[in-house]
This record gives sequence, C-alpha cells and structure tokens, in this order.
Amino acid sequence: MKLKELLFAPIFSNNPIALQILGICSALAVTSKLSVTVVMCIALTTVTAFSNLFVSLIRNHAPSSIRIIVQMTIIASLVIVVDQFLKAYAFEISKQLSVFVGLIITNCIVMGRAEAFAMKNPPIASFLDGVGNGLGYSAMLLALAFVRELLGSGSLFGTQLLPLATEGGWYTPNGLLLLPPSAFFLIGLFIWGLRSWKKDQVERADFKIAPNTKPQAKEA
Amino acid sequence: MASNDSIKKTIIVTLLLCIVCSVVVSTAAVLLRPIQDVNKSLDFKRNILAAAGLLEKTDKASVESLFESRVSTQVVDLATGKFTEAVEPANYDQRKASKDPSRSIDLNADEDIAKISRREEYALVYLIEGDAGLETLVLPVRGYGLWSTLYGFLALDSDLNTVRGLGFYEHGETPGLGGEVDNPAWKAQWEGKQAYDDAGEVELTVIKGKVDPQSKNADHQVDGLSGATLTSRGVANLIHFWLGEDGYKPFLTNLKNGEA
Repeated sequence: MKLKELLFAPIFSNNPIALQILGICSALAVTSKLSVTVVMCIALTTVTAFSNLFVSLIRNHAPSSIRIIVQMTIIASLVIVVDQFLKAYAFEISKQLSVFVGLIITNCIVMGRAEAFAMKNPPIASFLDGVGNGLGYSAMLLALAFVRELLGSGSLFGTQLLPLATEGGWYTPNGLLLLPPSAFFLIGLFIWGLRSWKKDQVERADFKIAPNTKPQAKEA
Repeated sequence: MASNDSIKKTIIVTLLLCIVCSVVVSTAAVLLRPIQDVNKSLDFKRNILAAAGLLEKTDKASVESLFESRVSTQVVDLATGKFTEAVEPANYDQRKASKDPSRSIDLNADEDIAKISRREEYALVYLIEGDAGLETLVLPVRGYGLWSTLYGFLALDSDLNTVRGLGFYEHGETPGLGGEVDNPAWKAQWEGKQAYDDAGEVELTVIKGKVDPQSKNADHQVDGLSGATLTSRGVANLIHFWLGEDGYKPFLTNLKNGEA
C-alpha cells in the first residue's frame, strides 16, 4: 500500500473539491476569514480521518443493509465531540462557525470517503486517506480564504495589510469577495488552473455536437 | 460474511454502536462542560461591557477586572419597577426563571410581541456608575427572530432614553443574513438613537431599507438588514416589548424619578 500517495494524492491530483467536486457548500460559507477557515479545516480533517478509521475498523461487521446509518452515527458522534472541544477551547471561533461545525455531518467529503474508501480498505490506509482528503480540502479552502480575505477586507488573519480607503488608506475593498458566491468564481478559476497544469484531470466530453446534417428544405 | 446481514447481527451491531457512540459523546459533553461554562460567563460579561461601549481589551483578565470594578448587578422586580433583594444576583439564573411557571408570568398574545411566551418576575440589570452617578444602564433583552430566540443587551445612557449600544450574545439566525445582527457596522448605528418619543411611547424601531437622515423620525430608526426581514422585525419587536409597559418601562420611569 503506497501510504505516501494516500496522504498526498488528494492535495493536487485527486483534490476532493477540484476533482471530486465534493464539499462545496462549506467552501463557500466559511472562507471569508482565514482564522475561521483554519479551524474549520482542522475540524473537518479530524472528523474525516477518524470517521474513516472507525468505519474501516467495523467494516467487516457492519450489516450492509444499515451501513449508511452506521457511518452517519459514527460521523455525527465525532462531529459533536469536535463541536464540544471547539466550544471549550476556541469559543469565539466556534461562535463564528456556528452551524457549520454541525454541518460537517452532511459534508459530502466525510460521507464520500467513508463509503468509497473506508468500507473496502484496512484502518491505517483509511485513516491516511481521511487525513489526505482533509488536507486536500484544507489546501483549497486556505487558498480561497487567502484571496477572499486579502482582497475582500485587505487583511490576513485579521491583520490589516492593505490600508483601507475608509480608514485613510488607498485600498478600496472588493465587497463581492466577502459574499459566498465569490467563492464559486474562485473555485472555477482554481479548477481551470489545475486542469491546465494536470491535463489528465480534464473530463472527456459526454457527447460531441455534430454538425447539422439534415438536408435543408429547399426554398420554394 | 453472510451472517452479517442476519437480524440478530444487525441488532447487536446497532446496539453496540449506539452505546459506544453515546458514551463517547456524553463523556466529552460532561468533561468539557466546566470549561464551556467559564467561556459562556466570560462572553456574557464581555457583551455587557461591549453594549455599554466600555470594552477595550477582550482577554480574560481585563474583562474580569473591568467588570468587577465598573459594573454593579442589581435585581429589578419588573411588575413594580423597583429594585428588590428578593433574589441574590450571583445565584439567580434569569433564563431558567423565565421558563419556570412559579417565577414567571404568562403573556397573552397581545402582550407578547417579542414571542417569548413567558416573562420572568425579576430581571438582572447592570449599572455602570461614574463620579456623577449612573452613566450607563445595561438591560438584558430577548425575543424571537426567524429561527431562534435572540439574547442580547441594550445599553441606555444616563438620560434613560439615548441608546448606548445593542448586541446579541446568543442567537441561531442564518449566518450572513439574520446573523448580520452581529455585524459591527450595523450595531454601530444604534448608538445615539432615541428610545422614546416626547409622549413617552416606544419609538425606536428597525425599518425596511435605509434610514432617511432628513426624516423627522431618523432619531428613532435603524436600517433593516437586507435579506433578513424577519430577523429585523424580531429585533424591532423585542425592543418594543422590553422598553414597553411589560418590560422595563415602569423601572425606567421610577429610576428617572428617583423612586426605584
């Protein structure tokens, strides 16, 4: 088992957001500030890694008729534990993340990896796959948050880098970048960049538009 | 692995999984509760200071010492509008009391504009006093928005009419829409608004759209939050309730006349 590949492949060559197109909702919602994004990334990576580990540990005993519910129970419990830890040790940030920590339960990456990988692979490999996908998600989110916070509020991690026009500086922030839809444009640009670099990620076209071959009706 | 799908195995796996998961979840919740409670009470104090415009540093030590030195907590009987010593402020859980039928009153539909269904008999108020007597009065307020009850503080100046600040420390409104009640730019608008008109009626409200500075009511109005009509309405309603006859109005009147 190529453990290193499990860990690092999801960052560029099999990115959960850019290639698998999973977990877009939270990528839009929590990327307007870097500090919040970092906590979200840590929380999601932890949950994905451990849910993969535990799902993999019981994969040979889980009845296939209730396997999705089994996975959900494990994921939901982990998310509650993570939420409790955040409330205890990162109270301010947990208030800002509010419902999004709870929504990790419905994050497609967690569920997707549990079902697609952990149900068929041994625990260590599953754990690393979880960490790897968490890192892939984090890489994308941090890149988004970097652009959005820098251009949207002229700061990084809350430290003002570009002096704002409203406070006597020269930079007029781009308000669009603070709104969730801007992440869509950025994700689109990132996917475009990634696929120009790694051509094998470009999907084959589902169909090809053929020229209209019907004979045209003659004019009377 | 055919036995995995037998009814017996399914039930055993389900039971074991549920037991393990619930033990893990409840252990985490119980062990972390004390730390979370400390965070909550600190956040509570921080919000009182923030509503009063006193908050400068947000770290634990300075919040505790500032709160200790500047804020005095008093109990008010909301029915008579007078200070009371019926309960000890340190042990009084106002939120619990508001749900306890023996310590709260039932509001009928006409009175209950903030949709809180019951109102406690005693409220904790926070007085910030300077050399010249009362500087700021911080009143706890709450009311229903779109999804959740918003809990917050309204701070009034010593004239008991000019707003010093408003802030919510707990709510479950949609982040980015109703959740913008936490937006500092929106909260800053409250400062300097007038709560009552000349006739003593509650005029302070949140309007739809932007406040026209030329309007004669501009002193009583705050911009609505775009995309959050129901949250804005909820905020306006809770202000009306708590500043009204069923809220703090009797107390404010008494305090103004020096009879509280």
